[in-house]
Amino acid sequence: MKRNRNLIILFAALLAGLIAPLVTGASGAGFYTEVLLGGLMAGVLYSLVALGFVLIFKASGVFNFAQGAMVLFAALSVARMAEKMPLWAAMLLAVVIMVALAFVIERLVLRPLVNQDPVVLLMATLGVTYFVDGFGQTVWGSDIYEIDLGIAKEPVMILGQLFEGGILINKDDVAATAAAALLVILLALFFQKTKTGRALRAVADDHLAAQSIGIPLNRIWVIVWSLAGIVALVAGVVWGAKLGVQFSISQVALKALPVVILGGFTSIPGAIIGGLIIGVGEKMAEVFLGPVMVKAFDLAGGGIENWFAYVLALLFLLVLPEGLFGEKHIDRV
Amino acid sequence: MLYRENGQFKTSYRADQQMLPILQDRMFMGLLLAFVFVGAPFVFSDYFFLSILIPFLILSLAALGLNLLVGYCGQISIGHAAFMSVGAYAAYNLVLRVPQLNFLVVLVLAGLIAALVGLLFGIPSLRIRGLYLAVATLAAQFFMDWTFARVKWFTNYASSGSVSTATIDLFGFPINSPVRKYLFLAAVVTVFAVLAKNLVRSHLGRAWMAMRDMDVAAEVIGIRPVYAKLTAFGVSSFYVGVAGALWGFVHLGSWEPLAFNITLSLNLLFMIIIGGMGSILGSFFGAFFIVALPILLNRAPDWLGIDMSTAMVSHLESMIFGALIIFFLIVEPQGLARLWAIGKEKLRLWPFPH
Repeated sequence: MKRNRNLIILFAALLAGLIAPLVTGASGAGFYTEVLLGGLMAGVLYSLVALGFVLIFKASGVFNFAQGAMVLFAALSVARMAEKMPLWAAMLLAVVIMVALAFVIERLVLRPLVNQDPVVLLMATLGVTYFVDGFGQTVWGSDIYEIDLGIAKEPVMILGQLFEGGILINKDDVAATAAAALLVILLALFFQKTKTGRALRAVADDHLAAQSIGIPLNRIWVIVWSLAGIVALVAGVVWGAKLGVQFSISQVALKALPVVILGGFTSIPGAIIGGLIIGVGEKMAEVFLGPVMVKAFDLAGGGIENWFAYVLALLFLLVLPEGLFGEKHIDRV
Repeated sequence: MLYRENGQFKTSYRADQQMLPILQDRMFMGLLLAFVFVGAPFVFSDYFFLSILIPFLILSLAALGLNLLVGYCGQISIGHAAFMSVGAYAAYNLVLRVPQLNFLVVLVLAGLIAALVGLLFGIPSLRIRGLYLAVATLAAQFFMDWTFARVKWFTNYASSGSVSTATIDLFGFPINSPVRKYLFLAAVVTVFAVLAKNLVRSHLGRAWMAMRDMDVAAEVIGIRPVYAKLTAFGVSSFYVGVAGALWGFVHLGSWEPLAFNITLSLNLLFMIIIGGMGSILGSFFGAFFIVALPILLNRAPDWLGIDMSTAMVSHLESMIFGALIIFFLIVEPQGLARLWAIGKEKLRLWPFPH
């Protein structure tokens, strides 16, 4: 009961924070909706990266810090190969590269470290991060590259009759959201309908039981890391098209970490909903809370979105220690 | 033959409880300390002091602090550089605003302030654990990065946001040359290492280890989790805060807002993983490895006579660094301290096979 009460308080506070700018008249409805949509679209990108984390954690219990590096690597591969060939071919080739990367990681990193402590595995993926970052930039170069998806970037006005001045949104943002949604649907289908998907879910449920009925764990790991690589590819292309392919992409991916703890390490819906919450919360905080804080504390500029996501996730964790949809943890001595 | 404990009988509780019960260990430690404080200043060059030994000593102190939390109490933190920054900025502000304080007092106060902040960020550990906690500690990292970059008071309204420090004056004795800096650091680190060694043998250290091994069972036998976890966060942040103050004042001298960023946090974690979790000695091994490796990698192309662009070198460095980390984890997941222990074990039997 106490827990439920805390939950209710938490959500009430969130909701209050969400509608505060509207109620206090800090912004008009049109601008507010624009910020909200912007947050949702950023959230979709976070969800994409978080999805990669969750896939790998579910199947192999590895907290894959390298997901950000994989996003960067995939984006770099596509950007550089697209200079020589059509985009679709570059993407296909990049898929092959990501699968090969998954294979190599499984062989050289995961297999020798089977049964180690989760911290050791986390550290190993940090090693992978350094390696892939260095490797990607050695092979593909370290300038800023562009991915041209052929979608116009100029904003379009929608809902002009509903709000005064309408709402501006970017076409490429809409395309990104659509791509992310499509990817999620495909993944869901794959997990629910195919034999491999079922095997993956079995492994996620219980390694030992899955192995005992003849599911080859090693192959499953390769498949999962490949899937995470492909998700990283989509995230990288979408992100790269928006911001340009550069090293900072792998840093921005750190933003996906609060998303994962907020949603729960083991939940795909958690990654998506968590991403949306973080995306919206962060944009709202930056736009509406930031100026207030700058004024109140005499700061040298806002930038609270750097930590807001983490604090938001922490607040959630204090009420729900396993995240929104994480597996409940029962301790036995 | 040389290293064995038979014949060394303990006839009192005092003898039984001493820190280094084996005679050869005591002799080794005595020789080591003699070399560190007397021999080293004559042997090494200024370059070696400035680029290797000074960062090594400070980072081993920080790694030691992190090891108390991660290795002994089992609470992972990926945000410990944040507490270094708290220590550094606390020391900066103390020296700036209360200039009559002795630097040693400043150091302790900076550590205490860092410990307070550490306690604050340790509170979530009572509710969440494992990897969730690890990610949650990143909140400390980003929040502190932001605080020191944005809140002008901490940097004394410097327009660039970077701060610079004056030379430390210790009882009228300025710490300005590399050798003096080194000796000062060696003294501080020795004191803190001895303290840590004894701390982990005390009831507090045993409570931490019980917490690490199984927190529910520890609770059942009467260890208060709130007390054990929060003291671990507090003590660990104290150590790291002191290290941060030293890093700022002795090593960097002046620093930018993001001098204590997430890369430093990750490096601290690497140090204790490679050195050995739950080992005081391991913190030193790990710190040396992480400090020396990039320097070695940086110079390797020169030695091999290969001409490369700087960007290329840094990318290759990152690759080799990553690969070596993985290699080490695979070969010896328990860290270099484990190799040391194996070596000692072998030495005990040597030259007889069993």
